[in-house]
Amino acid sequence: MNRYPLWKNLLIAFVLLLGAIYAAPNLFGEIPAVQITPARPGAPFDAPTLAARLEPKLSAAGLVHQGFLFEAGTLRVRFADTETQIRAKDLIEAELNPNPAKPEAIVALNLLPGTPEWLARLGAKPMYLGLDLRGGVHFLLEVDMEGAVTKRLDAIGADLRSLMRAEKIRHQGIARNGRLIEARFADESSAEAARRVIAKNVPDLAIDVSAQGEAVELVARLTPAAEKTLREFALKQNITTLHNRINELGVAEPVIQQQGAERIVVQLPGVQDVAKAKDILGRTATLEVRLVDDTPGALEEAIAGRVPLGTELLYERNGRPILVKKDVVLTGERLTDAQPGFDGQTGEPAVHLTLDSAGARIFRDVTRDNVGKRMAILLIERGQAEVITAPVIRSEITGGRVQISGAMTVEEARDIALLLRAGSLAAPMRIVEERTVGPSLGKENIERGVHATLWGFAIIAVFMIVYYQRIGFYSVVALAANLMLLVALLSLLQATLTLPGIAAMALTLGMAIDANVLINERIREELRLGVSPQMAIAAGYERAFATILDSNVTTLIAGVALLVFGSGPVRGFAVVHCLGILTSMFSAILVSRMLVNFTYGGKKRVAHVSIG
Amino acid sequence: MEFFHPRQDIPFMRHALWFNAVSLITFVAAVLFLVFRGLNLSIEFTGGTLVEVRASEAVALDAVRGVLSQAGLREAQVQNFGSARDLLIRLPHLGDGESAQAADRVRELLSRVPGASFEVRRVEFVGPQVGKELATNGLMALAFVVLGIVAYLAMRFEWRFAVSAIIANLHDVVIILGAFAAFQWEFSLSVLAAVLAVLGYSVNETVVIFDRVREVFRQRRGKMDTPEVLDHAITATMSRTIITHASTLAMVVTILLFGGETLHYFALALTIGIVFGIYSSIFVSAALVMWFGVTREDLVKPAKKKEEAVV
Repeated sequence: MNRYPLWKNLLIAFVLLLGAIYAAPNLFGEIPAVQITPARPGAPFDAPTLAARLEPKLSAAGLVHQGFLFEAGTLRVRFADTETQIRAKDLIEAELNPNPAKPEAIVALNLLPGTPEWLARLGAKPMYLGLDLRGGVHFLLEVDMEGAVTKRLDAIGADLRSLMRAEKIRHQGIARNGRLIEARFADESSAEAARRVIAKNVPDLAIDVSAQGEAVELVARLTPAAEKTLREFALKQNITTLHNRINELGVAEPVIQQQGAERIVVQLPGVQDVAKAKDILGRTATLEVRLVDDTPGALEEAIAGRVPLGTELLYERNGRPILVKKDVVLTGERLTDAQPGFDGQTGEPAVHLTLDSAGARIFRDVTRDNVGKRMAILLIERGQAEVITAPVIRSEITGGRVQISGAMTVEEARDIALLLRAGSLAAPMRIVEERTVGPSLGKENIERGVHATLWGFAIIAVFMIVYYQRIGFYSVVALAANLMLLVALLSLLQATLTLPGIAAMALTLGMAIDANVLINERIREELRLGVSPQMAIAAGYERAFATILDSNVTTLIAGVALLVFGSGPVRGFAVVHCLGILTSMFSAILVSRMLVNFTYGGKKRVAHVSIG
Repeated sequence: MEFFHPRQDIPFMRHALWFNAVSLITFVAAVLFLVFRGLNLSIEFTGGTLVEVRASEAVALDAVRGVLSQAGLREAQVQNFGSARDLLIRLPHLGDGESAQAADRVRELLSRVPGASFEVRRVEFVGPQVGKELATNGLMALAFVVLGIVAYLAMRFEWRFAVSAIIANLHDVVIILGAFAAFQWEFSLSVLAAVLAVLGYSVNETVVIFDRVREVFRQRRGKMDTPEVLDHAITATMSRTIITHASTLAMVVTILLFGGETLHYFALALTIGIVFGIYSSIFVSAALVMWFGVTREDLVKPAKKKEEAVV
């Protein structure tokens, strides 16, 4: 009686061993490191060569490192202490980015888990700490969808006006009114002609015709499908833009995620300069189209330092210098869309641009006068211009549909389209939530959380052992196993641990002991009724089980509700709470029973159960 | 060691009316506080900005208030947070555009306060829209928990048990909220989490007693009437009730003592919830079950008659 079959004991032991392995990384702390990534995602990056280049520089400066770590597109150098780490960062920064305006690599401070290699190879990682524990900034940004829609409607309105002109349909005014575009016509026939032309050229619009006395009015609105696409597009675009900008901040592990239909979460661990972060996030990139000065010899002069009047020496994305005129032909305001695609004739990758009507007119004039010359498209961020592409003008371009092609891959076409859109179309965003936690507070929070948990645990442990003696000791071991399994599970899932999460851990331990108290009380009760010790143990565990299950299910219902409806701190609490309930079921029932079985099980005569 | 070992069942139900009166009075008081004083909602719900700073020296709150109100931030609330050097500055929602910059302005203004330098330790800014959503989601979560628990208990026991349990535990929730209203403690998201956790937890308590009630009904076929059964179940689980709650309470009190200011109200809500949780499970839910008139037949389903084969 009271014996588990061998497989059950082995299974419990196996689970506990796994728990121990995956919980272990949390004991090793963190090692300061410098992280180097290429300035642009996807740029060629040879980590081993870079390491070989940095090695002598570091040792020359007397900075002892603890090894280089290579990972796809990332080089990390570990150091013994934060002081060396910071000095090394400055050194590496100076070495790799002599020109801060044109960084070659992003150099960031990071903390790497000090997990021993053999543990890391098993996939064991320490828990992922939330911003309130390690310090950093959290932003919730909302994309102004109304703004995006309005902007689009304004552009469409301008398009319609030029369309009417091109089709020679007379109208009495086309204007945007809220989310509608209203166009008035003198008579029905021109209204009907306009309706047909619009339906053919602008498929995104749904049109209603209504008579207004003598005149006829067309009322157009965006179709729901078009509006949905527009919203998704605006959000995706803003996320892309944010990615590019945050790369510049040199944050080791930024989180940029969509939340709901129009919000974006940005988390920047370790960032303290909130003002700068906000500045970079809130900045808008602008797009400019200018002509290239290809006068023979002018570029060489400019490189030598004698930049000709009215021109500017800039660099293309591949680092090639290019001389660009200062006169701006067009700005990004005039661009309504940019999509990657293929050249209709040659089939090579291309980027298709759509300009609004005013833009189209200017573009037609400029291209007509400059056939055979080059035209540069610039992206300007924080006063710094970069030439995205500089294609040759082959012929006069009318109609506002521009194609950039020649010498680019499909990926490049996609990137350029993205950059152009990012620079011109991004719907405005505003910060709707901000949380900043300083690093010292983060550290204090961890200490407080750990203290609370350990003291609480100690009090419960002492009480259980005094009150229930040997069985109480087993309950405490089960509770410790619960804590270990919970930590292991959190580490394995890499769920974010926050301060409320630590509180939930403490609370869960406080609640988990309930299961053992129920069992132990039940055993005592049975003994009191005069049942033999073996029978009492068996009955105690069996009878208590239904109660434990019921009470855990109700607690779990509350936990799941918090998980589903909670956000931020509440969710951090709920994750730990729910997982804790699951691990407590395992450890309180199986682990403690296994220990009790080892002590009392299988013996013929047990005179006394040590349960106080 | 043993704390509780009553020889006889304690006649709780004989005094049920008194206990119910006590809880009714507390409940009504809590509701009155909620209605007339209202909750002191944190900026997470109302929208606004909160800045926690640590000064190099202890500073006079008035000096900080002066600097802020001179700069036009008249509605700024400044208070100590744990120690004389830790300050908490709260700003209400200032209107679009301005709010997102409020924290930066506070930072800048603090440098003008004479006699101390400040380290910004925490900033929280919540837009009013987000606040509204958090409040709605909180209510949704509450509704989900209530319905979920009622459904589960109705399935496992009987609807009258489910309803008694949920009334008893909502009564705890209202009392926690009432305490927060009465003392104007700050009601934040984490307090809300604590309230919902308490709801799950004290239902626990009720379930343990109900489980026992069911068991006794099954064993003692009609020898005891309902109040006697309830008395017996409560007395039998008494020891466990006290010990479990003492353990959980020990944990919660350590959070209250060591967890720092951030977890202070969270732990406070849990403490109140756990204390009232015991009371309501024993005196409220069991009594309600009695008033609802649960009998043995409601719980012990008659064993299905085996169909006898007709030969």
